[in-house]
Amino acid sequence: MLNVGKIEEGFVLDLIPAGKSMSIYYHLGLDKLDCTVAIIKNARSHVMGRKDIIKVECDINSLNLDVLAVIDHTITINVIKNAEIVEKRELVLPQELTDIMKCRNPRCITSIEQELPHIFYLADPVKELYRCKYCDEKNSERDFN
Amino acid sequence: MRHLMNPMDFSVEELNRLFDLARDIEQHPEAYAHKCEGKKLATCFYEPSTRTRLSFETAMLNLGGSVIGFSDAASSSASKGESVSDTIRVISCFADICAMRHPKEGAPMVAASRSSIPVINAGDGGHQHPTQTLTDLLTIRALKGRLDHFTIGLCGDLKFGRTVHSLVNALARYADIHFIFISPEELRIPGYLREKLQENNLSFEEEIRLEDVLPKLDLLYMTRVQRERFFNEEDYVRLKDFYILNKEKMELAKEDMLVLHPLPRVNEISVEVDDDPRAVYFKQVQYGVYVRMALILTLLELA
Repeated sequence: MLNVGKIEEGFVLDLIPAGKSMSIYYHLGLDKLDCTVAIIKNARSHVMGRKDIIKVECDINSLNLDVLAVIDHTITINVIKNAEIVEKRELVLPQELTDIMKCRNPRCITSIEQELPHIFYLADPVKELYRCKYCDEKNSERDFN
Repeated sequence: MRHLMNPMDFSVEELNRLFDLARDIEQHPEAYAHKCEGKKLATCFYEPSTRTRLSFETAMLNLGGSVIGFSDAASSSASKGESVSDTIRVISCFADICAMRHPKEGAPMVAASRSSIPVINAGDGGHQHPTQTLTDLLTIRALKGRLDHFTIGLCGDLKFGRTVHSLVNALARYADIHFIFISPEELRIPGYLREKLQENNLSFEEEIRLEDVLPKLDLLYMTRVQRERFFNEEDYVRLKDFYILNKEKMELAKEDMLVLHPLPRVNEISVEVDDDPRAVYFKQVQYGVYVRMALILTLLELA
């Protein structure tokens, strides 16, 4: 079994559905940071069978984690200080998402006015449904930037 | 400062005030003839819509105000590539209020977010057309004296017809409304609207034949099957004549049932029905002017 060591300061994203870690990596902008990032794919999990894990050595407050809840709200966040878990954060669906998803409706004003931010609002928390603020079109998996 | 993007932007109480004002305008037009003197309405129409534009312009002229604007994108700076955000900033320097129609959904909302004057959504693609819904509600309220306790039939293109979706959402806020959706299978109400009605325990049924339900209706809202909503001509030709209201069918209806239509009509209501006192779609146009007058006064805080 592959072992990845503990991190000193940073956070661990656990219980990521298997296969989604790379998408999260890019959506959180981890590719643009110069800190240490470990991505573990297809780790064995009692709960999920297979899961992904991401360990990041940087200040959690420097990142916008809204996208995580939209990808999967069951992902857990463990904040690490001095190699110990000091906080477990739960994901809450944000009321509004800006430039995380892209509206694909060809009839939407965002299709012609390039400078507009793509804003989605939480239309149905139970169904985890977001709609475009401008045209009310609902989001789908492919709407992620 | 307020804008109007969606008919649901106004609460039921605010709508009541608006409709009271519209009724007062209808009864005492002279009292409002100078209310907007010195004020300008900009009609920014990025796609042609003679009826809606003229209704807005008539409303402002009736209030003693004046009108500037353009009636299609080709005669605006949009043809040079100017954004809606920039256009509204410029228009804000010229006019006191703006009515905007745009083929792209959400364009008036973008304008409102950048504007220093009130913006009215005069139709944005297949999305919203709030002043049509206000017109429909005012017509019902004026001619029936209430907006609750009705069985309303909505007939025709219920899948793409934005006026139907808006009217259903607006009427759903009133007590004891029973909706009967009458359409071919292909043009039924969209799933999200059906789910919304179910989740809110609203009473509705879906029918295929207009004749079967006509005797039950207090109101019949007819719509046309719009050619531009179809991807292929064959489907359009096959479905467009599916539901036609004629004199014979009107005999099945209650004596006080009202027939409404957002217009323009193609052939879904026979011309022979026009003389029937229950056909109120041309009165509806007049109520459209009154409600736009009331809206302009309200948004300009001159009411």
